[in-house]
Parts: sequence; structure tokens; C-alpha cells
Amino acid sequence: MNAADSAVAQRAARIGAPLLVVERASLAFGGVQALKDISFDVREHEIRAIIGPNGAGKSSLLNLINGVYTPSDGTIAFDGIVRRSMRPHEAARLGIARTFQSLALFKGMSVLDNIMAGRALRMHCGLLAQALHVGPAAREEVVHRRFVERIIDFLEIQPYRRQRVGSLAYGLQKRVDLGRALALEPRLLLLDEPMAGMNLEEKQDMCRFILDVNEEFGTTIVLIEHDMGVVMDICDRVVVLDHGRKIGDGTPDEVRASRAVIDAYLGIAHAH
Amino acid sequence: MPLVQVPGTASATIERGMPPPEADTFPRLLLWHARMRPARPALREKDLGVWQTWTWSDLAQEVRRLAAALHEMGLARGDHVAVIGENRPRLYAAMLAVQALGAIPVPLYQDASAEQMHPVFADAAIRMAVVENQEQVDKVLEVRAIEVRAIEARAHERGLQLGAAPATPDASGPPAGAAPACAEHIIYDDPRGLRRYAEPGLQSYEALCARGAQRVAAQADFLEAQVALGRTGDCAALFYTSGTTGRPKGVVQTHAALIDRSRAATAFDGLGPDEDVLAYMPLAWIGQNIFSYAQALVTGYTVNCPESPATVANDMREIGPTYYFAPPRVFEGMLTQVMIRMEDAGRIKRALFHHFLDVGRRVGNRILDGRPVSPAMRLWYAIGGLLVYGPLRNQLGLSRIKVAYTAGEAIGPDLFSFYRSLGVNLKQLYGSTETAVFVCLQPDGQVRADTVGPPLAGVELRINESGELLVRSPGLLKEYHRNPQATAEVLDADGWFHTGDAGLIGADGHLRIIDRAADVGRLAGGGMFAPKYIENKLKFFPQIKEAVAFGDARDRVCAFLNIDLEAVGNWAERRGLAYAGYVDLAGKAEVLELLAGCVEKVNADLAADPLLAHSQIHRFLVLHKELDPDDDELTRTRKVRRRFIAQKYAVLVEALYAGRASQYVETEVRFEDGRVGKVAATLVLRDVRTYAPVARAA
Repeated sequence: MNAADSAVAQRAARIGAPLLVVERASLAFGGVQALKDISFDVREHEIRAIIGPNGAGKSSLLNLINGVYTPSDGTIAFDGIVRRSMRPHEAARLGIARTFQSLALFKGMSVLDNIMAGRALRMHCGLLAQALHVGPAAREEVVHRRFVERIIDFLEIQPYRRQRVGSLAYGLQKRVDLGRALALEPRLLLLDEPMAGMNLEEKQDMCRFILDVNEEFGTTIVLIEHDMGVVMDICDRVVVLDHGRKIGDGTPDEVRASRAVIDAYLGIAHAH
Repeated sequence: MPLVQVPGTASATIERGMPPPEADTFPRLLLWHARMRPARPALREKDLGVWQTWTWSDLAQEVRRLAAALHEMGLARGDHVAVIGENRPRLYAAMLAVQALGAIPVPLYQDASAEQMHPVFADAAIRMAVVENQEQVDKVLEVRAIEVRAIEARAHERGLQLGAAPATPDASGPPAGAAPACAEHIIYDDPRGLRRYAEPGLQSYEALCARGAQRVAAQADFLEAQVALGRTGDCAALFYTSGTTGRPKGVVQTHAALIDRSRAATAFDGLGPDEDVLAYMPLAWIGQNIFSYAQALVTGYTVNCPESPATVANDMREIGPTYYFAPPRVFEGMLTQVMIRMEDAGRIKRALFHHFLDVGRRVGNRILDGRPVSPAMRLWYAIGGLLVYGPLRNQLGLSRIKVAYTAGEAIGPDLFSFYRSLGVNLKQLYGSTETAVFVCLQPDGQVRADTVGPPLAGVELRINESGELLVRSPGLLKEYHRNPQATAEVLDADGWFHTGDAGLIGADGHLRIIDRAADVGRLAGGGMFAPKYIENKLKFFPQIKEAVAFGDARDRVCAFLNIDLEAVGNWAERRGLAYAGYVDLAGKAEVLELLAGCVEKVNADLAADPLLAHSQIHRFLVLHKELDPDDDELTRTRKVRRRFIAQKYAVLVEALYAGRASQYVETEVRFEDGRVGKVAATLVLRDVRTYAPVARAA
């Protein structure tokens, strides 16, 4: 129908120039070659997926992008600035946020406080002023609280605002983790298996949130998934990794049709 | 308009005063409040974690803009506009704007499916819909598609009748650019997820308001001019009844009727502009509509909209409403929550709770009614207030309640007295959509569990030969929309409305409702069988969520039960009983044992009442699925559709009466996303002990 066509056209028009360019990057841990000669780009406003079987090097690639690891060879350019190495907090300052496969939340703190913690980098008042809650610190807190409330509203977690994160169901904790990453107002959001361990309904909810984040805030998203089916519906382009090498790159349809990808997923024996 | 300078006291009286009789339509009431108390809160909404206030002046401004824009879009007097969503200030403003233009809002149940909404759209010829969010937009789009199919089917039929070759229906739907078959305009409040929608006629509430603002700037008195055209006898809103039987009927209620009844009820309880209410029931339910819309506009009190349906309990605690109106199941739900929490509490707390609950049951009601109680018991009750009742009321958000009403269904006497014994002034009222709610209300000091009070000012009651209650009141419906036959069935030439309820009027003038007249039956032995009475007794147990009693023309009474998953699940967990969901838990032998205990207690109670001793429950089963409005087993207001259930589960009813010990059954269920699945189970049918009728001690 023409409505659907124009929606696709609208979407295509939104996607801009490359925001992140990975050029011939390699990563080795001692003798183990985790990633070899990987090149791909992520365009502004795009949802980009990285898929591959277990141990393909997906998480390593993510860690390379946000500076946890330094490539042993090759370069990474974010927003036109080329670099070899970068500390994670620098990545955060540049606007790269991420969520973790095994949640990284303060389990003893409330949902609200966890997401507020994600704002830390955006706060300017000193520790003492914040602790005493005086003048500019109090005003600053109001501004940040409003932003955090928008995230809470967006992710539909109002009923749990004051609850301890540790007491929430797993699917909800994943949502809080996403909220914490969004609190940074990232330009690039890295999601490490956002749907791992979820039931079908939770997966559908998460897909909707990812699409909405991309749509409403224009955030560029790179997500890693293990389960192909889920990703194919929501992403614009896919990178496929296997044994540390890139074996496919393109739209979901192109990737689905690729021989190399099918082989990797069906477990063809590799000739060494 | 410059106001005459008035001394402080007089201005305070105006702020506290009631609108004059000339304010006889809802838009006029709005303009009166906006002029007389512009800075007082009209609505509050919890948004971004903070209660945001709309003053009367804000509300009037918003309505001004909206009405201007809607008028520009071609909304004409007498047009119907669907309003679908949770209680949101913007939907309230939209209803006022629609009424200001002389058009008619039609509130729909927000959880109804597109298939259930379609008949209403068709019946009321709805051209415009104001909805809350993407979910509702999707449904209205689906309604359009259903209407297109219906039109094609009719055209096809006509073609066949004329003997001409039917036009081949275009598989891809109507040609692009054609006007939609119904609901040409859809206005949405929350734009989230709707950015990419390219369907015709969609627009955001904000865009609409912006457009209206331009028009208002050019013509400032547009709204006043439109409001002046309205008449009090015009239709104010169309309420589609939930329909325990047959196709939904649109009840036409006028401004005059709704305002008259709201005024009468407000005067009855001495309510004023300082009340706070929490609006969380569907707007399509007239109870919610009259209490958070009609009465609010009459008195000028504040309506508070919760953040989301999931946060109602918390929001209620924060607001502390002073006036409260809910169907019995809400009170049931609150009690279940309390009971679960108390089961988990420590031994001392639990003992205190039960002791003072007992004290409250004995004297709380008497104290509330102002009847004599010994000073020692009074003191003990006051201590209970400090230790148990006060904190509990606070937990439930009932601390500031002046008056609370329950209506919509009969309430279990035990449930009713629980709240009264806590010191909450819970009363009963009787009414329906067709009577603009207020027919009978219980006056303070004359509250009884088994009556609904004497008629309110302006109401006449009569019981006809067949025991059916007839009502004459200024609040009666004008008619059923486009359904003169149905109107004639309920409204007779003398202006009496036939309620369909079986009732008795006591010597003291208090009305007692027994059941739906059509539902009251006879056991084969000749005794009266009032199913709802029995079901309510069963449902008082927190473990039982729904109950359906059978017995009409049978030799004995049998029942279907639904367990309350939360209450029974909690009970099972404490016993280390593992289960994998509703079906599994409902089938456990331990659970059946637990429920048999509940049923026996009901039987013991029934045995003590000479009128009902013969309707003790002989056998029961626990259904393998929860009764659900999506499967048409409950109405949208969650009343059981007894006859439909009896038909759908005829196998089970027969098995109960045949005395079988177990029965295999397979049932279709509709999931929330519209998919249909099957649930199969082998149910255990249980016998229960019954008691010999107790001769009443003289």
C-alpha cells in the first residue's frame, strides 16, 4: 500500500552520513585472534545489528567501539575523528552509551536513582554542593530529574519508580538498564543482547522500545543479537560475524539470502 | 469582563458557591467556573512524576482552542464524536469542546476490541474520534477496515438481489485517496509511535490546538457564541450500555438530566468545591462519567487523573480523595491486597490486625451511625484507630474520605461492613445508565448492608405486579439512540422506566434490590433462587475471583468458580506448592480443598437464612480459565453473563448435575493481541457439605 511505501521513503530520508566508521580493525588477546580485519560503518539515525553465533566476536567488537578494548590494528572513527585508543569514559563523553548483557545496575538502589546515576556525566556541580543540596545543585537536580522522568514515562516504568531494582523481574531490569543508558542522551547507543533471556512478550516490548528510541530521539543504535529472527524485523542493516571475521553485511534480506551466513548458522564444518 | 468589587467574605462565598440555574449545560458550567474561580484547580494529572494542575481558566482556554479547531474541521451540531482512552485531562477538554459545539461525545471502553467498537461506530454514525494513543488509533483504523468490508458485503448482497453481476471487490481495499468509510478524522493525544502513520485524517491533539489558537486570536468570543446556541434539553452524551443481553444500546442523556441528578446528589451529601476525586474507571461507564465529569462541573471540585492504570493505588495514597465512587470489585480488590499483605506479616501484627478487625466489626458501624456504644468499647475502638484502622486507611488512600459510594452491582455484606468498621463512610446507591445514576442513596446514619436507601429528591418508585422496580425521575434517559422499539420496551406512556431489577420497598421507604428480575428463578422444589446473592457471598473470599451459580428449575444449586490467581498463588507459595500458571494452580487438589472450605462457610451462612437455606451449594468446580470480557463471558464492567456461560460450558453444567466426578473440557480463548488459542483440561467436580436449615431462635 502507498502508506507503507511512503513510510519506508520517510525512513530512508532520515538516515544520514556515517557516524561511526570501523576500518580494518583487528583485536588479539595474546595468541587468540578475536577479531580480524573488520570494516563497516554505522550511519546517523540507523539501527544496525551485529549478529553471529556464540563466540563470533560480537561483544569484543562492541567493546572495541566504546573503548574498553584498543584495536591491535586498524582505526575507529566516531563523528569524523579517527583514533586508535580511547578510555570508556571518553567514549561516554562523546555520546556513546551502552547496556550490558549481564545487567550492570545498582541492585540495592531504586529505579529512579539508577537512572539518575546515568545522568552523572551531565551534572556540573561539585560533590559537596550536590551532597548539601544547595542553590545551583538543587536547581540542577530538578532539571535532571525532569529528564529522568521523561525516560521513566517513555519506558513505562512509572509503577516501579521507587522500587529497588533487585526486586524487579528480569525483563524490567533490562528496561531500567536501557533507561540508564538513555539518561546519557547518547548519539550512539550500543545494546548488548537486549533481548537475551526474555520471553516472547518481553522481546516484543523491547523491540518496540528500541524502535521508539530511534524514532523519537533520533538515536543511532548498534545492537548485538544472538537470535536472528528478532533482529531482522527492526534493523536497517546487519553485520554478520563468524569466528572473528565479517562474513556478511547488508540489509536483512540480503543477509538472509547469503550463502556464507546460512552456512555459519547451520553449522557447516570449517575446513582448516 | 470586569467583576464588581466585592468584600472579602462575599468573594469567598462566590468561590464556594454553586453555579446558578442558568448554567444549564456543561459548557455553560465550565464558563461559569472559569469566570468565578479561574485559579482553582479543575483537573490534575500526574505526569513526569509530578501532579500538574489545570485551573478552570486553563481548562476553558483549552476548550476554546479545541472547539474553534473542531468547528473548522466541520464538526456540526448533533454529530457524534467517539472519545476513547484512560482518564486524561485532554480527553475531558475534548468532551467539553464537542459539547460546546452542540455535538455529542460518545465515550467508549478503552479496552474494547475493534470488533466490539465497530457496532457503536456504525450505530452512532461516528465521523470523528478523539483517542489517547497509538493503541486506540490502531483500533479505530481497524474499525474503518471493518466498515469497508461491511459496506462491500452489503453492496454485494444488493447486487445479487438485483440480479446484476456484483462489482469485483478490490483486494487492496478502497482506492487511494478515497474518504474513509467512517471515523474520517482521528485525533490522538500521545504522538508516540504515530510519526510514520500515513493514513488519511490522522492528526495530533497539539496540532489541532495550535490551529484553534489562531482562530481564537481572530475571534475571541467564538466559544461564548457557540455555547449560547446550546439548549439544556440537548443530548449531552451517548452512553452505550455494556449489554448483559444482546447488541449494545446507546442511551441518550441530556444536559438537563445529568445536571439535575448531579445537583441532587451533591446537595444530598453536602459536597463542595473542595472535594478531591480520583478518576480511574472507564469514562464510558456512566458512574465514572457522572462522578468525575458531571458532578465535577456542577460543584467545581477537582478531578485527579492517575499516572497510569498500574499506579492507581499509589496515586490514590498521594491524593487522598474526599469523595469516592467505585464498583464493588474495586473494594474487593483492595481487601484482597490487604489480606495478602497481612498473611505475610509477623505474628504480633497479624494478631493485632485480626483482633481490632473484630472490634471494628462489632462497634465501628455503630459509631459511624451515631448509635450508642459503651465508653470502654469506644476507647478500645479509638486505640484500634491509632494502631490499625488509621494506618490501614492511610495505606489504602482512604484517610480523607467524607463519603464513598459503591454501585454498579450489589456488594457483599461482609465486604461492605469491613470498610465501615474501619471508619470509612462507605454507602450504597442505586441507579443505572438509563437513570443518570442517582435513584436511591443511603443517608448518613441509615446505612444498611441489604438496602440501597430511600429515593433521592425528585425520584418516584413503584414495584409492579411482577415484582419489577419502576422509576420516574428527572434523570431518565430521553431515548435509546435510533432504537424506538427498545425505548418503548423500557419507557411507558406515563414516564415510568422499567429497570429490569427485582426489588422490594420496605416500610421505612428503603429500597432493596434482590437481583435482575430476569435472573431470579425458582428451584425445582419451589424455593427462590437469586444467583447474584449467592455469587456475591462466594466472592467475598479473597481466594474466589468470580463465581457463577446455577439452579433455576434445577433440584439444587451448583457453582463454577474462578480462583484469584494472586491470592491463591500467594497461598500456594507459602505452602511450597509449585504451579505453572492459572490452569495448573486451579486444578490442584489442595486448592480444591481450600475452596471447598469457602463454599461450606457460605452454605453455613445460607442455612441460617430461612428464605435461602434451600439454595445451598451442593457441588462446584474450578474453571480451567479465567472468565474474561474478551471471550464475552463478562461484560466490560465485569458482570458475569450467566446465560452465555451456561451455554458455552453446557458440558460442565451437565456433568455437575449428573454427579460425575470429573469432566474433560476444551475451550477457545482469545489473547490480548487477538489471537485465538485452545485450553484443555480435565476438571474435578466436588461435592460440598450442606447444612440443615437452622430454625431461627425466637
